[in-house]
Amino acid sequence: MAAMFSQNPLMNGPNYSISDTPRINAPEGAREHRFDPYTDNGGSTLAIAGADFTIMAGDTRLASGYSINTRHYPKLFKIGGTTADQKDATIVLSVVGFAADGEALKERLDTICKMYRYRHGKPMSVKACAQRLSTILYQKRFFPYYAYAILGGLDEEGKGAVYSYDPVGSYEREQCRAGGAAASLIMPFLDNQVNFKNQYVPNSGEGHALQERERRPLTRSEVEVLVKDAFDGAVERHIEVGDGLQIMAITKDGIEEVMLPLKKD
Amino acid sequence: MDHRPQAWGRPRDDIYGAYDGSYLQNSGPKTATQSPVVTGTSVIAIKFKDGVVMAADNLASYGSLARFTDVKRLRPFLDTSIVGFGGDVSDMQFLDRHLNELAIDESYEHESTSAAAASPEGQGEQGAATSAPAGKLNAANLHKYLSKLMYRRRNDFDPLWNQILVAGFDGQTKPFLASVDLRGTTFSSPSLATGFGAMLAQPIMRKYAATEEDAARLTRDEAVNVVKECMKVLFYRDARSLDRYSIAVVTKDGVELSENEQLEKQSWAFAERIRGYGTQTV
Repeated sequence: MAAMFSQNPLMNGPNYSISDTPRINAPEGAREHRFDPYTDNGGSTLAIAGADFTIMAGDTRLASGYSINTRHYPKLFKIGGTTADQKDATIVLSVVGFAADGEALKERLDTICKMYRYRHGKPMSVKACAQRLSTILYQKRFFPYYAYAILGGLDEEGKGAVYSYDPVGSYEREQCRAGGAAASLIMPFLDNQVNFKNQYVPNSGEGHALQERERRPLTRSEVEVLVKDAFDGAVERHIEVGDGLQIMAITKDGIEEVMLPLKKD
Repeated sequence: MDHRPQAWGRPRDDIYGAYDGSYLQNSGPKTATQSPVVTGTSVIAIKFKDGVVMAADNLASYGSLARFTDVKRLRPFLDTSIVGFGGDVSDMQFLDRHLNELAIDESYEHESTSAAAASPEGQGEQGAATSAPAGKLNAANLHKYLSKLMYRRRNDFDPLWNQILVAGFDGQTKPFLASVDLRGTTFSSPSLATGFGAMLAQPIMRKYAATEEDAARLTRDEAVNVVKECMKVLFYRDARSLDRYSIAVVTKDGVELSENEQLEKQSWAFAERIRGYGTQTV
C-alpha cells in the first residue's frame, strides 16, 4: 500500500518511457550545432531590363568544392503559371547560392503565386511578387535561405523590371544585376555597358566639365550579345561557372528560353 | 499485489526508497547524428538506352575498420526503382524501414486505384494518372519525396547523414537518375557517383555518357561493363572499399538486383611500379 503514496514521480505523475523523460535543464528545442547546414554550389546569374523586355540568364553548372555535381542544373525558373510546365507564366526567378535553399525558395514563391491567381482570378504582378519574395526571405531572417535571388518580368506599364535580393530579403528594382559566384566579375562590366558608367562624350571637356554619355535603354539584340560576353568572361576567370548558359527573354508575348553551350573546363 | 504495470519490475519504494533516476540522461541538448559512424562508401550509377545501372560495394566501415562486409546498400522500391545509399549505415537502415512503410502504403493505394480504374465510374478523377504508368509512384516521385525528407531533416538540424542515388523512370517513362544529400541538395545527370566515386568513377562514366543523348545510345551491356570497370577502379584506389558488391539494373520490366558480385579480372600490375603500394621492402 505504501507504494501508493510514493514520492517517485514515475509512479504518481504521468508515466514516461525513458527516452520520453522530459528534459529539465535543456531549453525548449535546444540542439547542438556542429552540422553545417549550408554549402555554396557556385554558379552565376544575370538579369537586364530593357524598354519592353527583360532578359535573364544563368549558367547550368552545379559545383560543390572542386567537384562538378552536374553540368545541367538550371538556375532560372518560371513562376506562377497555371500548369506544371509553366507555359503561361510571366515572371522568372533566378536563384544562386545554396541549391537546396534555392529550390525551396522557388517552390514557396511558385505556390504563393498560384494561390494568388486562384484567389484573385488574375496573375500576380511583378511588383507584388517582388514584395512577397522579400517577405518570404525575411521570415527566415535567423535561419536564412542562403540564396541570391533575382526576379524578372514586365511591370504594369509593360517595361522590363528586374528586382534583386540579398539572402535576408533586402531588395530594390534595378536596370541590371549580376548574382552569385561571378557577380563581382560581371557587375562592373554591366555598370559600364548597361548604365554607361565612366563613359563620356568624346572631347566634351576636361575634369568636371566632362559630359556623361546619355543613358538609353538597350535593344534586345544588344542585351543578348552583352549576356553572352559577360558569361564568356566569367567562365574564363571563375572555376565555378561554366557548362551551359540558360537564357530567358520575357516579353509581352511570353517567355522564350534558349540553351547555349559554355566552356566545360 | 501491485496491480499497476508501470511499477512492475522496479525496486519497491517502501523498501529501497524512491528510485534514483539521476543516472539516466535526462538533460542537455538532444544529440542527433552529428557525424557519421558506420559508413558506406561510393554508390555509382549510369543511365543507358532503356534503363539505369547502379552499383555499390557491400562494405560498412567503422572509421578505417572494415566492420561489416555483407551490408546491402542498394534497395529496390516497388520493383520500379532502386535507391542506393552512401554515408551513415544506421540512417540508411532508418530510411529503409521508412521506405518499406511507404511501399506498403503505396501498394494498398495502388491496388485500390487500379480497381477503381477498372470500373467505369472511377474514370476522370485524376487526369495526371495517364502520364505515369498505372499511376504508380515512380522514381522521380520517390526522389522528390526523399529530397523533401532530407531537406526537412537538415532544417531541423537533425540530418540523415547520407548521399542517396535514386534510379528508375520518370512520369514520361524515360530513364531517371538523381541524387539527394544530407542537406537536401538535389541534382540529376546521365551518370552520378557519391563519395570517392565522384572523383574516381564519375570521369570514367562521363567519357561514355557525357550527355543525355550519349546515354540514350548506350546499350545495357555497355553500361553494365562501364559500371563494373568503375567498381574495379574504386577498389584499387578507395581504401574503404570492398571487392564484393551489389549491382542493380532497372528497366521497364522491373529491377534485377544481384547482391553478391565479385570483382573480376583485377590486375595489380600497376602496384609494382608504385613505391609503398606493393610488396617492395624499401
